[in-house]
Amino acid sequence: MAELAPTVAHHFDDAEQQREAATFGMWVFLVTEVMFFGGLFTAYVAYRALYPDAFGHASNHLDVRLGTTNTAVLITSSLTMALAVRAAQVGEAPSRIVRWLAATMLLGATFLGIKLFEYGHKFHEGLVPGPAFTYTGPDARQAQLFFSLYFGMTGLHALHMVIGLALLGWLARQAIRGRFGPAFHTPIENCGLYWHFVDIVWIFLFPLLYLIGRH
Amino acid sequence: MPAEHVAPVRLYLAVFACLLGLTALTTAIAFADLGRLNTVIMLAIAVTKATLVALFFMHLWWNERLTRVAIGGALAWLLLLIGLTLADVLTRATLG
Repeated sequence: MAELAPTVAHHFDDAEQQREAATFGMWVFLVTEVMFFGGLFTAYVAYRALYPDAFGHASNHLDVRLGTTNTAVLITSSLTMALAVRAAQVGEAPSRIVRWLAATMLLGATFLGIKLFEYGHKFHEGLVPGPAFTYTGPDARQAQLFFSLYFGMTGLHALHMVIGLALLGWLARQAIRGRFGPAFHTPIENCGLYWHFVDIVWIFLFPLLYLIGRH
Repeated sequence: MPAEHVAPVRLYLAVFACLLGLTALTTAIAFADLGRLNTVIMLAIAVTKATLVALFFMHLWWNERLTRVAIGGALAWLLLLIGLTLADVLTRATLG
């Protein structure tokens, strides 16, 4: 099946204007996502300002090696995503677009796998807020706040990753059918923007959660 | 309307290398005791990384200006949200 020729809706002058409007719409959605995550970041800033030492100690219970590895994995997935968009832009064969999308999905799944392993470890160590919380360090009540934020923020981030993986699977299906090319690749472009945004959220989560108590 | 820009693969690879380098740097610096500077450097590196991703991977560098207005709006509201919350939390002790 050939590349979809974009149908220009009647309220646009041309395909170019339509493409720009679609991309701008995606950015506006990401603005609302900034505010969505912003509430959690604000809670983090407020409580860390109140209990800096408890947060530092609690942070040391996270695994820096796994956190750093996951950061590298996610950054690499952003590269493969950017290359998938580029492959569509320059009109490469569907198989090449799919290859980059598959690489992105594989890296995304790796990130979630490592995250799942970390969560399991935290359950095992009694670091999950609630009745099973058996933290023995100083300021346990304040440390519990840190772990609530840890699970809330990384959990919401992981949910975004799962949605991203579903979007990538759908994109790969469309790409196999040869739907994307130089004239039409808005879905890849916009899902790419979403994927990179989720990467940016992690770029902030990683140091704020894993690195604050190391010195 | 400007035509869509296609970035060279070399640029993407350079951005990728910078992002990995900055990740290694921020992890290394976290183990040195620099007092309050730790947080400042950590955030500066994170902002730099986020800017690199937005400018090149997300094509912001070549986008129309309107996109930057939307992002500026998001950042302004985020700063208001965090700034005003901190203005409350940090002054409670002094104001009783």
